[in-house]
Amino acid sequence: MLNTLLSGDLPRSRTLSVLLLVVVLGLALAPFITTGARPLNTAATICIYIVLVASYDLLIGYTGIVSFAHTMFFGIGAYGVGLGFDSPAPAWSSMALGLAAALALALVLAFIIGLFALRVRAIFYAMITLAVASSFAVLASQMSEWTGGEDGKTFDVPDLLSPANEFGEFMGRIVDGKVLTYYIVFFCAVLIFLALLRVVNSPFGRVLQAIRENEFRAEALGYRTVLYRIAANCIGALAAALAGALMALWLRYVGPRTTLGFEVMTDILLIVVIGGMGTMYGSVIGAALFILANNYLKSLMAKAAGAVAGVPLLESALHPDRWLLWLGILFILAIYFFPSGIVGKFRRQAVRPGI
Amino acid sequence: MPSVPRDTIPMLLVPALMLAMLPLVGSMPTWVTLTVAGLAMGMMIFIMSSGLTLVFGLMDVLNFGHGAFVSVGAFAATLVLVPMQGWLEADSLGMNLAALGLAIAMAMAVTAVLGLVFERVIIMPVYGQHLKQILITMGGMIVVEQLIHVIWGADHKPMPLPTALRGAFVLGDAAIEKYRLLAVAVGVLVFIVLTLLLNRTKLGLLIRAGVENGEMVEALGYRIRRLFVAVFAAGSALAGLGGVMWGLYKETLTATMGGEVMVMVFITIIIGGLGSVSGCFIGALLMALTANYAGFLAPKLALVSHIVLMIAILLWRPAGLSRK
Repeated sequence: MLNTLLSGDLPRSRTLSVLLLVVVLGLALAPFITTGARPLNTAATICIYIVLVASYDLLIGYTGIVSFAHTMFFGIGAYGVGLGFDSPAPAWSSMALGLAAALALALVLAFIIGLFALRVRAIFYAMITLAVASSFAVLASQMSEWTGGEDGKTFDVPDLLSPANEFGEFMGRIVDGKVLTYYIVFFCAVLIFLALLRVVNSPFGRVLQAIRENEFRAEALGYRTVLYRIAANCIGALAAALAGALMALWLRYVGPRTTLGFEVMTDILLIVVIGGMGTMYGSVIGAALFILANNYLKSLMAKAAGAVAGVPLLESALHPDRWLLWLGILFILAIYFFPSGIVGKFRRQAVRPGI
Repeated sequence: MPSVPRDTIPMLLVPALMLAMLPLVGSMPTWVTLTVAGLAMGMMIFIMSSGLTLVFGLMDVLNFGHGAFVSVGAFAATLVLVPMQGWLEADSLGMNLAALGLAIAMAMAVTAVLGLVFERVIIMPVYGQHLKQILITMGGMIVVEQLIHVIWGADHKPMPLPTALRGAFVLGDAAIEKYRLLAVAVGVLVFIVLTLLLNRTKLGLLIRAGVENGEMVEALGYRIRRLFVAVFAAGSALAGLGGVMWGLYKETLTATMGGEVMVMVFITIIIGGLGSVSGCFIGALLMALTANYAGFLAPKLALVSHIVLMIAILLWRPAGLSRK
C-alpha cells in the first residue's frame, strides 16, 4: 500500500523516514497541535512550497534543466484563482474557469518556451527564462486594471471557506472555514506531490534522468530528448501553477511580490539545493526547514545580534534581515560538499552505516 | 594577409534603426532626445555586459552573479565620492571629473579584487559543470548582495550627480542631458580600448585564440589559467565601472540594482553572440534604442520589446549577431 502510494520510491534511510513522518504528521495535525493564525499560516506555506519546489526538482534535479521562469507559472496559477474569485459574489464556477484558463496558459507558455529554448544549451535556457519571467512580472504589474498592479489584489472566497463559517470546536481549535481551507491546501499538496513522485518513477522519469546524466547517449538510444524535456517542462509548469492556485486560495490575495518576484525564485533555488536535488523528498525537508527558518530563525538571530551588540560588522551581519546571507553561504557550501543535499546525505549514511 | 570579409550588416543595424524611427517619431527634437537617451542607456549596458561576454567566451563560465559586481562597484564609488563631496559640488568640470575619475578607479579596483576572490573561491571548483556554475554564481550573488547590506547598511543611498554634469544642453528645440553625453563618451572609449586591446596586442591575440580553442593555446606553451583569471578580474572591473555609471544615472543605490539590470545584460549578450565584444556593443545599443522608441510610440509594447527584439534577432541569426 505505502509502496504503491510512494511509487516504490521509499525514503531509503531511517533518519529520513522519521524526519518525513514528523513533517507530514506535523502538517496534517497543524491546526490542532498549534494555536493562533501564525503557525497555521506557516504550515500552509510549507505545503505550498513543497509542491512548488518538488515541481522545480522535476526540472532541475531530474532533467537537468535550469529554469528561472518557474515563478511565472506559479504566478499564473495564483492570478487564475485570484481573478476567478474576484467579484462581489465569488463563485466556484468562475474560479474553476480562472484556474482552467491559468493551467492552459501555463501549458502553452511552457510548451512555446521549451520549443524555442530547450534545443539550446543549459546556460541559454537559464538566461532566456530569466528574461521571459522578468518581462512577465513587469507585464503583470503594469496591467493594473486586471491584476491590481504592484499592490496586487485582495479577493473574497465563497462563504464555505470564510473564517466566519464555524463548524464547531475540536481539540481546542474552532474549526472554521480557514481550517477547512488549510485541509484543502494540505490534501491537494499531498496529491500533487504523490503524482510528481509517480512521474519521476515512471519509465518517462527514467528517460528524464538518462537525459540528465548523458543527453547524447539518451539520444543515441532513440529517445527524442527535446520532446522529453519539453514534456517535463510542461508538467513542471502545470504543477507550479497548481501550487500558485493553492497559494492564492490560502492567502486570498494575489500580488507580484508573493508569486512573481525574483525573491521567490531564489527561495526555490535555496530550498531545492539544500533539501537535495533529484530526490523529491528534498523538497519536503527543504521547504519545512526553510519556511521554519524564515519564520523563527529571525528571532534567534535578533538575540544573537543583541549578544554581540557593539561589534561593528558582526552585529549587522547577525541582524535578522540578513538571514539570507547565512542561507546563501549554506547554499554555496551545499553545492560543494553535499550536492545531493540533506536527503542525499542521509541516504549515503544509510548505505554505509558506521562511516 | 588575406582577411575574412567584414560582416557589415550588424553594424548597419543601429543607424538603420535610428533612421527608420525618425519618420515614425515625427518630431526632430523628440527624436534627438530619445536617440541620445537610448544611446546613453545602451552604452551603460554595454559596459556592464562586455566583461561578462568576454568571460563567457574565454572560460565558458557564465557568471550569474555579475549583477552583484555592478552593485558593489557603485557602492565602492561612494567610498571616494563621500569624502570628496567638496570637489563634486564645486562648479568646475575639471574638479568634478577628477573626483569622478578617482571614484571610478576605486570602484574598478574593488570589483577587480572581488572578481579575483570570486573566481578562486566560488567558480574555480566548478569549471566545466554548467548546472553547478549557474547555481553557485546565483548563490554568490545572494551572498554579495547581503554583504553590501552588512557593510553599507540596508537603506537606499543617494548618489547625486556632480554639479557640472547636471542639467541639459539645449540644441535647437532638443534637450540633451549632459550626463548622457558623458555616458556615451565613456561607452565609446571602453569599446575602442577593448577593440584595440583585443585586435592589436599580443594579449588580445591570446585571448581571442583562447576563445576559439583554449587547448591549442595551452599546447603552445601559454598559461591559459593566468589569462582566465586576468580576464575575469578585468571583466569584474568593467562591471564596477558600469555600476558607477548606472548609479549616477539612477542617482540612488540599492544592493539589488545590479541584479535588476541583469536581464537586459543577458539579452544583450544573447543577441550579440556569446563572447563577442562588438556583437555585445551593437546588441546593447539596439536593445536600449528599441526600448526607448517603443516606450514613446507604443508604451504597452515597451514591456515586451526586449523579448520581441531577442526573438527577431535569434530567428535571423540563431547564435547571435556576431555569428553568421
